Amino acid sequence: MSLMSLTAVELGKKIKAKEVTVVEAVQEALDAVEKKEKDVNSFVTVMRKEALERAKEVQEKIDNGELTGPLAGVPVAIKDNMCTKGTLTTCSSKILRNFVPTYTAQAVANLEEAGAVIIGKTNMDEFAMGSTTETSAFGPTKNPWNTEHVPGGSSGGSCAAVAAEECSYALGSDTGGSIRQPSSFCGVTGIKPTYGTVSRYGLIAYGSSLDQIGPVAKDVTDCATILEVIASHDTKDSTSVEREDYDFTSALVDDVKGIKIGIPKDYFGEGLDPEVKEAVLAAAKVLEQKGAIVEEFDLSLVEYAIPAYYTIACAEASSNLERFDGVKYGYRAKEYQGLHNMYKKSRSEGFGAEVKRRIMLGSFVLSSGYFDAYYLKALRTKALIKKAFDKAFEKYDIILGPAAPTTAPKLGESLSDPLKMYLGDIYTISVNLAGLPGISLPCGTDSKGLPIGLQLIGDCFAEKKLIRTAYAYEQTREYAHSPLA
Amino acid sequence: MKQFETVIGLEVHVELATKTKIFCSCSTEFGGEPNAHTCPVCTGMPGSLPVLNKQVVEYAAAVGLATNCTITQNCKFDRKNYFYPDNPQNYQISQLYLPICRDGSIEIETEDGQKKTIGIHEIHMEEDAGKLVHDEWGENSLVDYNRSGVPLIEIVSEPDMRSADEVIAYLEKLRMIVQYLGASDCKLQEGSMRADVNLSVREVGAKEFGTRTEMKNLNSFKAIRRAIEAERERQIDLIEAGKEVIQETRRWDDTKEYSYAMRSKEDAQDYRYFPDPDLVPVIISDEWLADLKARQPELQTEKMERYKTEFKLPEYDAKIITGNKKMADVFEAATAICSNPKKVSNWLMVETMRLLKENDLDADQIPFSPENLAKLIKLTDDRTINSTVAKEVFEQVFANDVDPEVYVEEHGLKTVADDGALRSTIEEIVANNPQSVEDYKSGKKKAIGFLVGQTMKATQGKADPATINQILVELLK
Repeated sequence: MSLMSLTAVELGKKIKAKEVTVVEAVQEALDAVEKKEKDVNSFVTVMRKEALERAKEVQEKIDNGELTGPLAGVPVAIKDNMCTKGTLTTCSSKILRNFVPTYTAQAVANLEEAGAVIIGKTNMDEFAMGSTTETSAFGPTKNPWNTEHVPGGSSGGSCAAVAAEECSYALGSDTGGSIRQPSSFCGVTGIKPTYGTVSRYGLIAYGSSLDQIGPVAKDVTDCATILEVIASHDTKDSTSVEREDYDFTSALVDDVKGIKIGIPKDYFGEGLDPEVKEAVLAAAKVLEQKGAIVEEFDLSLVEYAIPAYYTIACAEASSNLERFDGVKYGYRAKEYQGLHNMYKKSRSEGFGAEVKRRIMLGSFVLSSGYFDAYYLKALRTKALIKKAFDKAFEKYDIILGPAAPTTAPKLGESLSDPLKMYLGDIYTISVNLAGLPGISLPCGTDSKGLPIGLQLIGDCFAEKKLIRTAYAYEQTREYAHSPLA
Repeated sequence: MKQFETVIGLEVHVELATKTKIFCSCSTEFGGEPNAHTCPVCTGMPGSLPVLNKQVVEYAAAVGLATNCTITQNCKFDRKNYFYPDNPQNYQISQLYLPICRDGSIEIETEDGQKKTIGIHEIHMEEDAGKLVHDEWGENSLVDYNRSGVPLIEIVSEPDMRSADEVIAYLEKLRMIVQYLGASDCKLQEGSMRADVNLSVREVGAKEFGTRTEMKNLNSFKAIRRAIEAERERQIDLIEAGKEVIQETRRWDDTKEYSYAMRSKEDAQDYRYFPDPDLVPVIISDEWLADLKARQPELQTEKMERYKTEFKLPEYDAKIITGNKKMADVFEAATAICSNPKKVSNWLMVETMRLLKENDLDADQIPFSPENLAKLIKLTDDRTINSTVAKEVFEQVFANDVDPEVYVEEHGLKTVADDGALRSTIEEIVANNPQSVEDYKSGKKKAIGFLVGQTMKATQGKADPATINQILVELLK
């Protein structure tokens, strides 16, 4: 049995108990990567040398008692939009294909402080724009459950790496569902925390007001443990909040008696795959049997979430991505005449089609004459969506629904119809618009054998309720390893 | 012939005197190796995030309070998007929708001594850009981001000024206020204060404003004056020739005394301003604002009143001395040491002003320490030196900030104070000049002047003329 089939916490315990060394664990992860990458392509950069050196260093610190945490020595993969000092950080884009940051993202630094060993940087949709990991400049990642299918996106590399057992756990980022949707497609568990919980310092921004880093792992225990490590109040990020609770693992309790769960009827209408619907409702039943109070309700405004999201996210992205201009770092066109031609050619050649589409969309909604009609209207819609959730959370502790309307589509089926692809985000994006925490965890497979994800949504700062409910549900199931594991 | 009126509004950028930049902790120190004062934030590295320097808010609000503005207690930063290599993120963080200060005014004095109120539309906070360095030999341009992220406030006036004199009076008043607050040193030459002039002309009596142009690159009060006069003439010539003034930005070349069009309104960029999602709104509490008000330093008007009552300075002296913060600081420090406000005031208003002018210096650049001026005054007060010597010593104080006590000692400039020695010198002079003594005794009182002069000559100017006079009168009785 591979060490990579253990959860991160289980492996951490074995390392602590000196049953395995850090080098052994890391070597196993690297071997798995070596063996599986041709099938999965979850990594942009594999850090063989650095990881093994770091493994020795971490082992020493464990031996001399400096490192005692649950993740010390456990190999991790980082989504390639988080800066890692001295290591290529590309956002899976040609425009950053040679970019080596001079500093490390705070969330990653927190992991390193806890003794994590980074084995590589994972593939993603270019600049996190996409739902399939097919917009990567470095080729698509494939779903470890069936390599003819996509892993979801944009954190497809992180989720596939965990499902393929190329690492113990991974970090992803979620702007409109980019952790939860690929977690659902890959049969793993991922949390998108409350906005402001994990520092965005060093996360290369897509939609700044929506982006959050979060954990991707095999189970809820791992996710809670990782979140406990990466969450921090960071004075380098003005949107970082100082929370009262960071002890997320204290919520790993198998008890949902009296927890009120609302099921939005709006999430179960047209467009939802019947097999997904069945599995998600069955999960609700399980929670009800365990003592939770489950009822249906009308959330409202669900149809406005997608236009509001794409307006806001693209507006912010159009400005965030201006810095990639060929002047200071990254790709510069080889031939050009003068400054403006250099900008134009570097950006035309450096960005992929989906990124260009969103930059154009975002530039349009911010341009004079359209700002009020689109951008401001979207901001007002965002506020109304938040209000609708506030109202729901007056009544319920948890909102339960699917993470995505379908299971993973086949490779090559999505990009030709971007609007249809955007509609796939329907259940995840309102969570980002409202700044809420959400978790996706496996709740079954469809007739094709592809995983189905259950999404639980909590009120702001109510991660503990979310973790508790997810944990209680998880206790009723076995973790299903993917065929590529 | 038609009479034209000039209508002017100003956009003044002031670099704030914070130690660190507006959104990161890099130093704002001037000079330094290119890109020495930079970090991921002020070079626009991917993933970096801005964090607001609170001191910037404090300075901006202080300037707002001193210019009678309403402080926006919930203000926000916006991104102004445009591509240029000196702007590392390709957007500048500024304020458009909710600037920190609005609807203020300051009072100026016009040429004819009348008071006039100039409205302030708004004051907003923003970041400065880096500097492009063009390689003179090659085809490359290099960027120095040391200035990138240095905090600025932009003070936007209403179009209330009607002449170059009013513009200069407004700028001087504004500069004085900002300097008094310690918010900036406001040096035009070094670019820590920069003014863009928006100017239009209209026929006297017209209700509508004419089409305005914006003039940039004005690095001194003289340049501003020349640019205003030239632009007024240019616009009037156009109108009188039946042509239209085009709304455009023009760049002033002060050596050629000519401006040329940079860009017209038609090529104006769409900056796609929107609220910066990386920065949370700046919430200013009533308590914070009250505390800031309480901590506002004494401004010129209050200081002037205090000088009149506390130091019994005449209005004229008080006005000139408080007209410049540095001069007022020197005045107060020197007075505190020598307790002779009127003499300090005289030295500042006469000799200091003369030497500043001769050396083409600004009052901000007063080169000597108040201690040395106070020492000089003490030396004259206790008659260690006479006023002629004092002026000579002061030139040294001004030029090299010498310690007057040491200088007087080393150069043997002390007044001959030894009564005995002076008396015997005078007796000798009396003995050698019988004709003058005769003249004096026969009633030609003026003859004593010759004897005083002879004594001064004999003592190489180090004797006190009043003392000589006194001894002579005694001897000639």
